[in-house]
Amino acid sequence: MTALLYILLAIVVAVAIWQIASILNLKSVIATEKDNNTQGILFAAFGIFFYGLMIFSFVKYSSILLPDSASVEGDRYDTLYMVTMVLILIVQAITQFLLFYFAFKYRGIKGRKALFYADSHKLELIWTVIPAVVLAGLVLYGLSVWIDVMDASDAEDPLIVEVYAKQFQWEARYAGEDNELGLANVRNIKGINTMGVDMTDKNALDDIPTRELHLPKGRKVIFKFRSQDVLHSAYMPHFRAQMNCVPGMVTQFAFTPSMTTEEMRLNDKTITKVEGINKIRAEKGEDPYEFDYLLLCNKICGASHYNMQMKIIVEEESEFNSWLNSQKTMAQVVQ
Amino acid sequence: MSDHHHKETFVTKYIFSTDHKMISKQYLITGIFMGVIGVFMSMLFRLQIAWPEKSFSIIEAFLGHHQDGGVMSPDIYLAIVTIHGTIMVFFVLTAGLSGTFSNLLIPLQIGARDMASGFLNMVSYWLFFLSSIIMVISLFVEAGPASAGWTIYPPLSALPQAIPGSGLGMTLWLVSMAIFIASSLLGALNYIVTVLNLRTVGMKMTRLPLTIWAFFITAIIGVVSFPVLLSAALLLIFDRSFGTSFYLSDIFIQGEVLHYQGGSPVLFEHLFWFLGHPEVYIVLLPALGITSEIISTNSRKPIFGYRAMIGSIIAIAFLSTIVWGHHMFVSGMNPFLGSVFTFTTLLIAIPSAVKAFNYITTLWKGNLQMNPAMLFSIGLVSTFISGGLTGLVLGDSALDINVHDTYFVVAHFHLVMGVSAIYGMFAGVYHWFPKMYGRMMNKTLGYWHFWITAVAAYGVFFPMHFIGLAGLPRRYYSNTAFPLFDDVADVNIVITMFAILGGAAQIIFLANFFISIYKGKKATQNPWKSNTLEWTTPIEHIHGNWPGEIPAVHRWPYDYSKPGHEEDYVCQTTPLMDGEEES
Repeated sequence: MTALLYILLAIVVAVAIWQIASILNLKSVIATEKDNNTQGILFAAFGIFFYGLMIFSFVKYSSILLPDSASVEGDRYDTLYMVTMVLILIVQAITQFLLFYFAFKYRGIKGRKALFYADSHKLELIWTVIPAVVLAGLVLYGLSVWIDVMDASDAEDPLIVEVYAKQFQWEARYAGEDNELGLANVRNIKGINTMGVDMTDKNALDDIPTRELHLPKGRKVIFKFRSQDVLHSAYMPHFRAQMNCVPGMVTQFAFTPSMTTEEMRLNDKTITKVEGINKIRAEKGEDPYEFDYLLLCNKICGASHYNMQMKIIVEEESEFNSWLNSQKTMAQVVQ
Repeated sequence: MSDHHHKETFVTKYIFSTDHKMISKQYLITGIFMGVIGVFMSMLFRLQIAWPEKSFSIIEAFLGHHQDGGVMSPDIYLAIVTIHGTIMVFFVLTAGLSGTFSNLLIPLQIGARDMASGFLNMVSYWLFFLSSIIMVISLFVEAGPASAGWTIYPPLSALPQAIPGSGLGMTLWLVSMAIFIASSLLGALNYIVTVLNLRTVGMKMTRLPLTIWAFFITAIIGVVSFPVLLSAALLLIFDRSFGTSFYLSDIFIQGEVLHYQGGSPVLFEHLFWFLGHPEVYIVLLPALGITSEIISTNSRKPIFGYRAMIGSIIAIAFLSTIVWGHHMFVSGMNPFLGSVFTFTTLLIAIPSAVKAFNYITTLWKGNLQMNPAMLFSIGLVSTFISGGLTGLVLGDSALDINVHDTYFVVAHFHLVMGVSAIYGMFAGVYHWFPKMYGRMMNKTLGYWHFWITAVAAYGVFFPMHFIGLAGLPRRYYSNTAFPLFDDVADVNIVITMFAILGGAAQIIFLANFFISIYKGKKATQNPWKSNTLEWTTPIEHIHGNWPGEIPAVHRWPYDYSKPGHEEDYVCQTTPLMDGEEES
């Protein structure tokens, strides 16, 4: 019933709007010189609003952006991002200015004739070639970063970690002493063997299953992703890393952590961001927040998609090794 | 194409009409109806995003057992996000936009008495109507409508165990879309045949208005890509209902191993995006075509670079079929493929840039008539640039990694195809309303409609880039599980307020539209002083469009303010004067 009331209300508003307007505007239905003038000025005003909104957003919202990259590959990502963004903003600023300025400047006047200007091969050549050249540069630069990030074949002594996704939880498995993951398939899932590790595979015995992701600083980590049910996406925004987890196949991504969790907490941008968050939390009477790296799910996966996360702890290699040694191996867990 | 007048009954005139003008109105009204549902859904989920724990009576009123005390459930949140996307992309911006204006304008602007096949045209509309009805019915399914996102990636869309919407709701979604695809194929074939065969005397391809070029190329993209979605949907139906494993393999869900073996969800992604990306241009090109026509008419200037505009439409159409992989950079696809798709994707920026610059140059030294249609067209150019530029980030495989599936993407595609295309649709409605209904829409309401919408659209989507860059994934029911995102909560409130403002502004449009049909001021034959053929037909609709002979065409459609002519427009039917050169 309330739904009907809402619909009725909308109709009443609509009719009222029309009534008011028909009183205001009985005659003309086509833009007059006065309209052209008013609307032209409004476009100029809108241009100002537009630039205002842009500048406001950059000033006000820069504090919510991600802090500096926490991986070696991420640094290259950030530079590419800055170059692209500067380019975008320059083009945006110029073209939008011209658009709103022309809309204002050439607003119609009675009796004036527009310039009959249908074509200019020179101009068109200019704005075909310039974007083409700029884009060629951008493509080459982008691809060099892409290949660099995606190709982990030349990594020396990388750490191999499996990240395992299921509704609505993450698990991880370290390759253990042989640094080789044992085979696994969902058909082996049984009791405590939640990732379906094949215990008849000898590589599997020293694998280490965990519920928290620890990574060593300065060593390349190759992630192998699996999912047991639907698509998930392992998103680690602080490391500029993301890869989908696909049931039935193993996907891969790699990066080298460059800042421990402790170091990141002391990073200027992180401090500003955390201060901002804690101010908001204090107002709501919530506990203060301490920064941690996170692995989030970034592919719609069901009802609790919005709460599928795992903490990531980056530490010095020695701390990492002692943590890893204190964990139980698959052989110990399954027994 | 019947010249002889057989007696028309109410049913043949208003319901099962084969007249393209009536069918176009049917498309428009159905599109508007679906649009109201789609936009209303966005209001509901924006409330949830901004105030996740708050109770709203409007949610309580509309969501029935899917809410608890005015707070929606996570499942229905995903469902309305899914249906919002589906309805807006397919039902409003594909059928509503292309269906309306291709039908109205192709015969009128090329000088034909009707579509090549009026009957197929009618069937096309009624299939669309049927698919709309099925989609609406799916909203009332007990477990909720389809909720795997508008991209319906399996296994989520294949397994009712994974999400309740993947039961009957998903079945209805697939049936509805299969019918929808049949409808749009019939429509598209008709458009192609009509443009190729039924042009009037003198209407060379290089004298076609850019609207027709856009509709024509759009129809070709549709014919090339929609069948692939149909096959993707059919294979999904097979996996869901007959136990095949096209997309599924090695699945363990709710304590049970399923029998599926050997399929791959990535296959579905390929098939889906082979339509899905061209679909962006199926939505956008007609809007750009409409804009070209309206900007030229209202600037009283020829469109700048007519041939370059045609060239870029064709280039965009061609490239659109080889860029789908840029939706899949982090899908697990081979990184080498990612490189290829980055290259082809960024190529599209070139014809797009040409179009944007040509629009701006068309305004230069014009004599701009600020009719509501013109405002929306200028608005389109602005959002097309704003949204298009961020495509340089998303189309670059390396940069896509960290913004993929975040709100940055949502902001990007809403600006470049959502807002732009809907602006094009509004522009078209304001401009051709007199042709459709013989009456004019109210100008003042049009102005209010545009300015509120324009402020709201940027107010919603500009800040949205920043929450994406903060790392916030899309399709999150609530951000309260992450203290990390506590500082985006305020931004989300701002966005929701602008969204409600923008949504409410559409009531102005609806009021203006429906009441103008009955009460609008009577239109004159050529209210915008336009060159194209549709304005040479009588105001009262007649079957066959022109009472006598179809006029012959002697020039291109953009002779505005041509030196040597008294008026600032020269209709396409005016023969060249002695010594006058064709432009």
